[in-house]
Amino acid sequence: MNGTNEMRLTFSARSENEAFARVAVAAFVSQLDPTMEELNDLKTVVSEAVTNAIIHGYESDPSGMVTIEAMIEVDTITLIVKDNGSGIEDLDLARQPLFTSKPEMERSGMGFTIMENFMDGFDVSSEPGRGTSIAMTKRIESKKALFN
Amino acid sequence: MSLQVELEHYRNVLIVRLRGELDHHTADAVRFKMEEAILRGGSDHVILSLKGLLFMDSSGLGVILGRYKQLKAKDGKMVVCDVNPGVYRLFELSGLFKILPIHDNERLALTSLEVVS
Repeated sequence: MNGTNEMRLTFSARSENEAFARVAVAAFVSQLDPTMEELNDLKTVVSEAVTNAIIHGYESDPSGMVTIEAMIEVDTITLIVKDNGSGIEDLDLARQPLFTSKPEMERSGMGFTIMENFMDGFDVSSEPGRGTSIAMTKRIESKKALFN
Repeated sequence: MSLQVELEHYRNVLIVRLRGELDHHTADAVRFKMEEAILRGGSDHVILSLKGLLFMDSSGLGVILGRYKQLKAKDGKMVVCDVNPGVYRLFELSGLFKILPIHDNERLALTSLEVVS
């Protein structure tokens, strides 16, 4: 494949769109012929990032918009999940396993830990009052490569 | 794809079968159905049977941990069975297996609970 293949998706910050976002990214990445495990990893991190945007970024206000950008370059997928919500005051604290700012909602505090573990690259930038952007990369060990 | 919750009372055990996808969108329904069944059903223990659970994220961990605490407060036990590889990985990463025993199927899960009760 020459150059980069990109897609961009913007949708309302509604919880029913979490499943839609997972399926859309999975369909886009299917051209790399990922394994079931790789596909599940990608669906999980999309779910985590989008859920964070909805619950924390927009405090469950559905008028907010969430954007996913996905780029495929050779065998690597880059995912960027962005919101223009409240942002994160203390990133180091938010990234601690089991830390959650919403224990009353039964949040497990595992979102960032899962994203870091399931992907090869993970970076989060946030500005209080402006929003949060999560960038993640994963190399897909295509099943096709076995037959080349 | 949504989520179906099937509840069955067997002796003093509540069997909860989840089918579909457990995420933030579907977690509340699981929470409320299980909360009520645990409060009113008179069961001591819970088996979480996950054969039909195709997807789960950290919202699922949260709702499972919440029910574990609810049961523990009344000295009940929770065990899980029929866990697929994706869900297994999340349990492992979060350390949930340290507090939730895992079994291959519902029969073995039931046997384990009858031994402890």
